[in-house]
Amino acid sequence: MEPISGIWAYVAMTLKVTGIFTLVMIVVAYATLAERRVSAWIQDRRGPNRVGPFGLLQPIADGIKNILKEETLPATASRVFFVLAPMIVLVPSLVTFAVIPIAAPLPTPAGVVDMIIADVPIGILYVLALSSLAVYGVVLGGWASNNKYAFLGGLRASAQMVSYEVALGLSLIAVLMLAGNVTLTDIVWQQQQLGMWFAFPLSLAFILFVISAFAETNRLPFDMPEAESELITGYHTEYSAMKFSAFMISEFGHMVTASALMATLFLGGWDLPGSWDNAYWHEGQLISGFADDGSVILANPALWKTAATFAGFAAKTGFFLVLYIWIRWTLPRFRYDQVMALGWKVMLPTALAYVMVIAGAILFLDEVGLDWGFSYGLVLTGVSGLATFGFMFFLDRGKTISGAAVKEPQKSRVDRVPQPAALGE
Amino acid sequence: MSGAYLPLLLLFGVSILNAVGMVVTSHILNPRRDTPQKLMPYESGMIPLGSTRQRFSVKFYMVAISFIVFDLETIFLIPWAVQVRELGWSVFVAVSLFVVVLAVGLVYEWKKGGLEWG
Repeated sequence: MEPISGIWAYVAMTLKVTGIFTLVMIVVAYATLAERRVSAWIQDRRGPNRVGPFGLLQPIADGIKNILKEETLPATASRVFFVLAPMIVLVPSLVTFAVIPIAAPLPTPAGVVDMIIADVPIGILYVLALSSLAVYGVVLGGWASNNKYAFLGGLRASAQMVSYEVALGLSLIAVLMLAGNVTLTDIVWQQQQLGMWFAFPLSLAFILFVISAFAETNRLPFDMPEAESELITGYHTEYSAMKFSAFMISEFGHMVTASALMATLFLGGWDLPGSWDNAYWHEGQLISGFADDGSVILANPALWKTAATFAGFAAKTGFFLVLYIWIRWTLPRFRYDQVMALGWKVMLPTALAYVMVIAGAILFLDEVGLDWGFSYGLVLTGVSGLATFGFMFFLDRGKTISGAAVKEPQKSRVDRVPQPAALGE
Repeated sequence: MSGAYLPLLLLFGVSILNAVGMVVTSHILNPRRDTPQKLMPYESGMIPLGSTRQRFSVKFYMVAISFIVFDLETIFLIPWAVQVRELGWSVFVAVSLFVVVLAVGLVYEWKKGGLEWG
């Protein structure tokens, strides 16, 4: 099978850009609805269910409302930056998705089409660079509003996002060591070759990455920049109508991208168990693996394989999206100094040490001469499991897990009422 | 290889158009009925006291400096990470020295109270 070329390559490119862009926008719109419905479900109420069947047209109604609503521009605000900030915050969140492969390559009569907008050689570096651009819009929005709460929200956002970006980057390094390349296509391929998803051999990196991703997207328990009990709504206090909507779309866009990224880096991306769906461009050929003598096994792409792998990818991304909402209604908000302490005093040293442990383990396994494959992954799973256990044990220190079990039983009201015998003495 | 970046350019165009279009459409369609109260900064209904443009905690500056140090470290580690199996033990030792130097810096900052908040 040949890759698509000529004029059809441009047709495919345009279709992919518009298609995936629209898909992300639709997922973002329905993520806002899902959040409200799941929140309602967790709190035992109904949530928005009036617009369309099950409230399914609610996002459209919200959009129309936000476009037609009156917006205010505070008299003291810096007008140019105030208008610019929502746009600056929106663009990075919409373009970050471009390097994430969403399904196995699709065969067409004109050639094979990769299910990814742009398979650029810088891969994950593109994601890192663009996702950190979002902080500029947030800080600019908070500063330009000329409102003390918005300003504090912007400051908190900047400090929190840069703090957790360090841990995020360091936990990524463990993935890059196993993948041997920075493109997400290679990361998916190496998970197929290893025979297990990186969530197992790199369990601690997975945990650190998920925590950092929550902090990066400003979601509970890390939503300090918009802590409504302290800062009204933080950096977008002064924003209304479509500009407010732009901030919300960007927040959910980051959530969707972060979910897709977690699925790709640690849960195999579009990979489904078994090697039937494997596909990778190796020296101009689409292969599904290597035979024992080193010759290539050609892949056999098909429409149903693309559809099945896309469903798998959507399920994994959806899982993380639900996890975001679930955790929002499970954990209370941190105090700000606790957020910073967790980032710098726990996440950073752990990630740094873990990178060196994994590097040592990989080099040791190569020294011993273990082949790259399932048993290699199992040994790394053991090493990471120990590291994760140590991390959890250290974090716990008899506070959370054992703490709840050995806590003194609280006296009930009945016990405190003086008993008749005691009164008689 | 530069062809790989063409879709990104297209996507950037679509996204920027979308972002600008949203804000401009809303600006054209929405009603404007400004009153002095409406244009005041919202501080929970209080009349704003003093300016927003005040000095703020130096802690944020410390965080920014630490971020530059450790984010650069991450960037330096990435080229090694993708080649770790080819480079072998000697480079591992070199990188360990690099990480130890930065870890000592982190411990120093920690002990000096640079990571404390409040």
